[in-house]
Amino acid sequence: MKKTKEVVIEKFLLFSALITILTTIGIVLVLAIEAFKFFREVSVFEFLTDTEWTPLFTKKRFGILPLLSGTFLTSIIAIAVALPIGLTIAIFLSEYAPRKFREYIKPSLEMLAAVPTVVYGFFALTVVTPFLQTIIPGMSGFNSLSAGIVMGIMIIPIISSLSEDALRAVPNSLREASYGMGSTRLQTAFKVTVPAASSGIVVSIILAISRAIGETMIVAIAAGQQPRLTMNPLVPVETLTAYIVQVSLGDVPHNSLEYRTIFAAGITLFIFTFILNNISHWIKNKYREKYD
Amino acid sequence: MNYRSETQELIMKKDTMDTPVETNETKKPKKDQEYKIITRNLDVFYGEFQALKNINMKILPYSVTALIGPSGCGKSTYLRVFNRMNDYIDDFRIEGDVIVDRKNIYTEKIEIEQLRKDVGMVFQKPNPFPKTIFENVAYGLRIQGVKDKHFINEKVESSLKQVTLWDEVKDNLKKNALALSGGQQQRLCIARTLAVEPEVILMDEPTSALDPISTGKIEELLFDLKNEYTIVIVTHNMQQAARVSDHTAFFYMGDLIEEGKTTQIFTKPSNKRTENYITGRFG
Repeated sequence: MKKTKEVVIEKFLLFSALITILTTIGIVLVLAIEAFKFFREVSVFEFLTDTEWTPLFTKKRFGILPLLSGTFLTSIIAIAVALPIGLTIAIFLSEYAPRKFREYIKPSLEMLAAVPTVVYGFFALTVVTPFLQTIIPGMSGFNSLSAGIVMGIMIIPIISSLSEDALRAVPNSLREASYGMGSTRLQTAFKVTVPAASSGIVVSIILAISRAIGETMIVAIAAGQQPRLTMNPLVPVETLTAYIVQVSLGDVPHNSLEYRTIFAAGITLFIFTFILNNISHWIKNKYREKYD
Repeated sequence: MNYRSETQELIMKKDTMDTPVETNETKKPKKDQEYKIITRNLDVFYGEFQALKNINMKILPYSVTALIGPSGCGKSTYLRVFNRMNDYIDDFRIEGDVIVDRKNIYTEKIEIEQLRKDVGMVFQKPNPFPKTIFENVAYGLRIQGVKDKHFINEKVESSLKQVTLWDEVKDNLKKNALALSGGQQQRLCIARTLAVEPEVILMDEPTSALDPISTGKIEELLFDLKNEYTIVIVTHNMQQAARVSDHTAFFYMGDLIEEGKTTQIFTKPSNKRTENYITGRFG
């Protein structure tokens, strides 16, 4: 009796585990099949080299570069905001802040990650952009700068929280050794703790980049929907994710070439985040047992 | 007990070796200026808990002073008072005077970084930085802003030679220090401390994580080092205290029970608890 119960539970647990794996495989398969159909009609060469992305126009062009540039521009701005702030917070919390203070601040920082991204999107569009327009006249209502800045604020907790974990994992004996030789806290932080935690910090940055590349709502709302091969942060652009939203919500007929473009965009996005996540995984494993 | 006789034998040997100097020294009482470290009426608290009670002790320069006592007796706390290493503990509080080189290090305006350059520390577990062997030894000079490459190279070499590690690592200075054995790591940590030219070296059970051969090497090292430095060592190992130290202080539950010449503490301790401890009856 007991034995059957055990077996049932075991099978159930295995089944639950399999569901997530099968779902992932399913998603990748659908992406791959639809993208394959797309690439039967559009050459990979054109897809990768054409500088225009106009699948919804009468004169169709299928160059992914404008969408990629939009994604990278917003992500770079986001990292430029999140990296210095996130790292400063992490160093402050792990090396300077009293324990009590840290215990209050860290959870409230992580609240930033709990804000729905649509709220961030509206914040970018209705607060940050008008504010930036007063400083930079001529900036358009949709632009990658304010979307990127707000996205940066959103990913601060990823960097600060994971980096702080990495810094705190550095054995205290190293800090003591450094203090014991007459280092200041700042010297200890930058010459001992940060280098010792570097693999964890790099992982946090990669995960933050991955999150920024995949982020949809903020850029769809605040960055615009105009695929444009540009590095100008003041004009509307469109990211891979925003394009997918645009087509999914529009009235493009299923199984048309236009419809399949979102799978081509989707698989491009997937490849990037997949590679980044694997790099971070690899770094984490490689340096895991460097110190005890 | 076999253990006791061994320790005593050691002391006997030492006694005969040191006698002429020792008697000479004991003849005239010393002035305070001649001591490297003096503590007066020292109380240390962690919150409500009093870790050290009214400690009065003087430490001579160019000698090895051993702090012994059972776990939790306050000997490590006492050691860490001398380079203000306890300052990072949240509810640490101190009363009384701690005078290092005629300066009260807790009340006078001193730079804590300078204090720690003068009063170096070697820890219980070897704790080299996850950097190269070279960078470990050069670290102290680099944080002082020394840029002169030639000087750094020479200092690294001489420090490694002082701890007799040079011949073992001279071809691998670029290797990560964590690849060294435990004993080598600990000698590297001592070299790292020596490189900043301290006057006092505090050692917190420096051999407790090491094998007997590495322990022997470090003890040998102490004999050489005491000619140039003042060494205070915390140890759990009675025989080690007997072998390496000139003076011994016995701590018990936050009190300094007894201190004096190692030969005297180990052969005719005046306190019953000291005797019980060093003969292994408790602790």
